[in-house]
Amino acid sequence: MTSKNLSSKPVGVIGAGSFGTAVANILAEQSEVILYARTNERVEKLIRTRQSAKQKLHDVIEVTGDLQEIAEKCEVIFPIVPSHNFRAMIRKASPYLRPYHILIHGTKGLDLNIPEGQEINKKNLLSRDHVRTMSEVILEESNVVRVGCLAGPNLASEMAMRQPAASVVASYFDEVIETGQRLLKNDRFLIYGSKDLIGIELCGILKNIIAIGAGAISGLGLGDNAKALLISRGMVEMIHLGNALGGNTKAFIGLAGVGDLVATCSSSLSRNYTVGFRLAKGESLKDIQTSMEEVAEGVNTVKIMKVLAENYRIRAPITETLYKIIQGKMTVERANIYLMKFPFRADIDFL
Amino acid sequence: MKLRGNSNKYPPIVPGTREWPVVRLAKNRKKFVQEVVDSTINSLGRHTGGKGLTEVLESAVYKERQRIKQNPWKADPKNEKSFYREIQQRLIDYSGQERVNNRKDLEEILHQIVWRYANEIAGNFNRSSYRFARGIATMLFARLLNAARIKGPMSFFSRQLDLDDQIHIIGEAEHLRKLAKKGTIILVPTHFSNLDSILIAWIIQWLGLPPFIYGAGLNLFGIKIFAYFMNSLGAYKVDRRKKNLLYLETLKNHSTLALQHGCHSLFFPGGTRSRSGRIEDRLKLGLLGTAVEAQRFNFQHTHNGNHQKIFIVPVVINYHFVLEAPQLINDYLKIEGQERYYIENDEYSTSFKIAKFLIEFFTKGSDISVTVGKGLDIVGNYVDDEGNSLDSSGNKIEVRDYFLSEGKVTEDQQREQQYTRILSKRIVEEFHKNNCVFASHLAAFLAFEMIKRMNSKLDLFEILRLPEEDIIVPYDKFKRNFKRLRKRIYKIAEKGRIRYAEHLSGKTDSVIDFGIKNVGIYHTNKPLGKNKNGNIITHDLNKLYYYHNRLESYDLEKFIK
Repeated sequence: MTSKNLSSKPVGVIGAGSFGTAVANILAEQSEVILYARTNERVEKLIRTRQSAKQKLHDVIEVTGDLQEIAEKCEVIFPIVPSHNFRAMIRKASPYLRPYHILIHGTKGLDLNIPEGQEINKKNLLSRDHVRTMSEVILEESNVVRVGCLAGPNLASEMAMRQPAASVVASYFDEVIETGQRLLKNDRFLIYGSKDLIGIELCGILKNIIAIGAGAISGLGLGDNAKALLISRGMVEMIHLGNALGGNTKAFIGLAGVGDLVATCSSSLSRNYTVGFRLAKGESLKDIQTSMEEVAEGVNTVKIMKVLAENYRIRAPITETLYKIIQGKMTVERANIYLMKFPFRADIDFL
Repeated sequence: MKLRGNSNKYPPIVPGTREWPVVRLAKNRKKFVQEVVDSTINSLGRHTGGKGLTEVLESAVYKERQRIKQNPWKADPKNEKSFYREIQQRLIDYSGQERVNNRKDLEEILHQIVWRYANEIAGNFNRSSYRFARGIATMLFARLLNAARIKGPMSFFSRQLDLDDQIHIIGEAEHLRKLAKKGTIILVPTHFSNLDSILIAWIIQWLGLPPFIYGAGLNLFGIKIFAYFMNSLGAYKVDRRKKNLLYLETLKNHSTLALQHGCHSLFFPGGTRSRSGRIEDRLKLGLLGTAVEAQRFNFQHTHNGNHQKIFIVPVVINYHFVLEAPQLINDYLKIEGQERYYIENDEYSTSFKIAKFLIEFFTKGSDISVTVGKGLDIVGNYVDDEGNSLDSSGNKIEVRDYFLSEGKVTEDQQREQQYTRILSKRIVEEFHKNNCVFASHLAAFLAFEMIKRMNSKLDLFEILRLPEEDIIVPYDKFKRNFKRLRKRIYKIAEKGRIRYAEHLSGKTDSVIDFGIKNVGIYHTNKPLGKNKNGNIITHDLNKLYYYHNRLESYDLEKFIK
């Protein structure tokens, strides 16, 4: 198959997980793509089988284990690796990254950045200063300025089945948004643009918390009323937490916010949902995490956001309760009873 | 107790005046004005904000006629009124006609207005009068400062002290000189007093740099003797009253083109003097954006076979005493207090008022420190002496890469706006890092914060209305906290987040006394004093608040107990 994107260089994707692979396949419909995987074994396996994360690789995708190659050959790169590897990966790529690179990431987690010699304690509370979104990590660790993110209801497995979907590309730079749209858009994949980079990133990050909760509700065998209750209260909680971290309310009521929330909370294909579901079935977090192939970002996000909510004095009952469940200090059944008794004051207090 | 700058004057870096870009520009003034007009009309065509040309013109003419009626200045040309009356008539005629055929008329009106602006803005630099004016200005300045410091008015005629004994230049002066040979410099100083521009002009020539062009208020050109000096020192005219799109665009294009021609420039990025006494935390992006635009242009074209780089050098000026403080803080409080109409007034409408200001200032002078910051490129990366941009780990960055798209330098306005925002944030950061704490600033800051704590239930305006005679800050407590804050300042200075004057590190009691004595030293009602029992009192809360603001935003108040 020939490339339709005549004008330019190949597009890079860093990370061959399920979402990374799905994005690479979409990009490959119009451009040449170079897909990076971290370990040699993985690179060899991808080349040999042309299969990645249960998806068949598009013919034009070239696989590499060399970050320098991807940085030199591509001007536009989509880094999609778990948040706990993200900083290390950017650091490794940084010597090859230049101010002309465009980086649009698809990672929906937070980076905890506590400077050396600093300790988080009662005197030095965890705050926004210690937490980074992935775009902030990129800016911090490299000379790249044209940064964006990709967020929206994009369950990788549905994308792999070529079902219709939409997503948001957010950036402070119009050209990044336009580039994202040009490269990703096709007749079954819509791309919206947004200037609220931090807000859109936070949507993707915070919805994972609620997804765990939604999974737990299904695991308990509760019905759709209960789930709707959780989703709508979860939405309010996301907005309060998001505002505290510098996101605007607007982002949360769009495709990347409520759209993504509904998708992840209703689909058993979602990783974070699965974590909640299995917790409710009585499995321990450790067992769940070791048996899962990929990282459920929500677990780490719950841990960080619980502390931040406390320090900023934000009421975040869902996050707090999930934290207790994850720590093994509360059963899912107890949590359900606790939340049903929680005194909420007003339905909507953020508009 | 004094900070000392390098006491040797620097030799000029470009000896031949004929080679100065500003001289070349002045020689071809007509051609330059035409260039400004062409590029302004060109850029207006690209972004009139979706409005049609008619609408832009109508709105500009309406605003101009309002301005002429409500706020006329002496410096305005005589035919101002008739000019705009005629233009308006033509616009009215035009709107009654078939539009398609008459776009030419509109374009001609546009051309006329823009030409009028461009011609007004452009300076009248003159090489020989530059030398003369510079000589006079330096002499006067030095003598006046002498008179102030030493022995009263008669020492005006003494040659006892050199200027550089009173003005302490700290920071990266040598670095600035090196950069000026490598590329085009934009100095961006903080702005607290009308003295700033004179001070900076003096520093520029003291450092041996060729003249910089800078925007000076049009009102100052209303006075002949001032107009003479400003013209000869490379000023161009900026009119704060004109806020219509056509004018702003012309001004920006003037600046961009001058930078492209390699003229070193001086911007006060805060726009006007800081009314609150705070270090600027929000900058005007319009003029700053011309730096980014000119840099991109320079990468698209060569100049003497290379791509001229643009360096932004932040400068922070510190005073114990700002003569205009009472007026400034009152303005600030009025605006903050929701007073709706604030008219840009012409404080210096007559030579007398200016002379009075200068004499008052110089006879009432006190220590001044000027910090020259490290040079930045147009996205705020530090540059080394060779002019190379460096990233946070000290690796070289090609600035050209910031403008590349698919391997080519491209023009993207939105991208450049974003770079301007990044640059402006970096400049604000550098301002705070290069702020030099005087004992007087710290005393004012601490006293006001303690008064605030003593009245924790009141809001700012209620505090400022407290009767001054009721306020007493116990000295013991003040001293303990002074020590604590000073320690904190040392600590953050170590991390490079602030600077402090040498006099701050003396014995606590004497440093406090020095601070109290010097804060706003020549105001009639002094911000700080001591009563009979040695406790701290104030005679003017507004001014105390003004001087206090200088140290806001370092989170120092957290360390007061």
